[in-house]
Amino acid sequence: MRCSKTLCGVCLALLALPALAHGEAPIQLTLKDHRIVPDHFSVPAGVRFHLQVTNQDDTVDEFESYDLKVEKIVVAGGTVTVAAGPLHPGTYKVFDDYHPDTATAFVTAVP
Amino acid sequence: MLASLLIVFREVLEAGLIVGVVLAATEGVVERGRFIAGGIACGVAGAAILALFAGAVSSAFSGNGQEIFTASILIVATMMLGWHNLWMASHGRQIATQMKAMGREVVDGQRSLLAMAVVVAIAVLREGAEVVLFLYGIAASTKSGPAALLFGGLLGVLAGAAVSWVLYRGLVAIPLKRLFAVTGALVALLAAGMAGQAAATLAGADLIPAWGWQIWNTSWLLPEDTLVGRALHALAGYSDRPMGVQLAAYVATLATLLIAGRLMQAAPARRANTH
Repeated sequence: MRCSKTLCGVCLALLALPALAHGEAPIQLTLKDHRIVPDHFSVPAGVRFHLQVTNQDDTVDEFESYDLKVEKIVVAGGTVTVAAGPLHPGTYKVFDDYHPDTATAFVTAVP
Repeated sequence: MLASLLIVFREVLEAGLIVGVVLAATEGVVERGRFIAGGIACGVAGAAILALFAGAVSSAFSGNGQEIFTASILIVATMMLGWHNLWMASHGRQIATQMKAMGREVVDGQRSLLAMAVVVAIAVLREGAEVVLFLYGIAASTKSGPAALLFGGLLGVLAGAAVSWVLYRGLVAIPLKRLFAVTGALVALLAAGMAGQAAATLAGADLIPAWGWQIWNTSWLLPEDTLVGRALHALAGYSDRPMGVQLAAYVATLATLLIAGRLMQAAPARRANTH
């Protein structure tokens, strides 16, 4: 019994490791009135980073980016965190797949 | 209306292509219509339920619930496709010559059909949940013209289903002798693509190592966000910027299915020659 508990603890610790390895605080994005705020932000090139997306609209959104390989449902009033990168220097697009006309933003990876 | 049509069409297209391949791959197997229709129905029902619990799924497993769920169903679909292909490798020839399974074969065939029904259900579930969430958002919003947007969405579903039908009709136009060789290869690519996507999804959430985040970049040639890119992504697992672990899963699955299929095909053929 105690053995399995220890094992669980070790497994959980291993699962938690990758998240802890990237110590940087996540970049905060907000979906409001079907727009992404801020609509432009930068990250350092060549490192993995996290985006924390909060949906302040009353509809479900899908935060997505082909460039960042991210696709995640954000329910109304919900918050999700996604990992992305490492990116080559350049500017990349993120968007809400359910409101692609208005809800777009750009991320610049700076060397 | 056009915007919602396109959004829904893109989601339905991906599931529709998979259904088209499955329909062609099960051509001639007794009662497959019932199984495939059942798979689609289960997928739609599952999508509605999944959409209802989207918030709970998302926050499960410390925020990785969506990724773990997606990867799990993709792995199940990969195994089902693999099983079907190996079954077809040993039975396909009889079906091609008789165009119907008989006696004991029917039981075996239905087991394989069940596997394919699961694949169809998973494909519909995965894309369907996104369609349901999108349409629900439209229906719930009090802003102008939800009726037109919903109508657009409905047209999107129909257009996606039409593509699925065209793909199926196109495939079964292939002479029967060659049909199962072609669908076998298509199913193997489908399985490899799903295995790759499962690996990429888990690596994207930092749950498994990525073995290189971007092995190559062909987005200048065929971006994944174009219609052709998405179709190839759904059919053969195309990725314009694949991860190392994604490629490894893809190649391992494809190689396993092709080699095992070849071995199983060779065995009965040898037996037949000695008679």
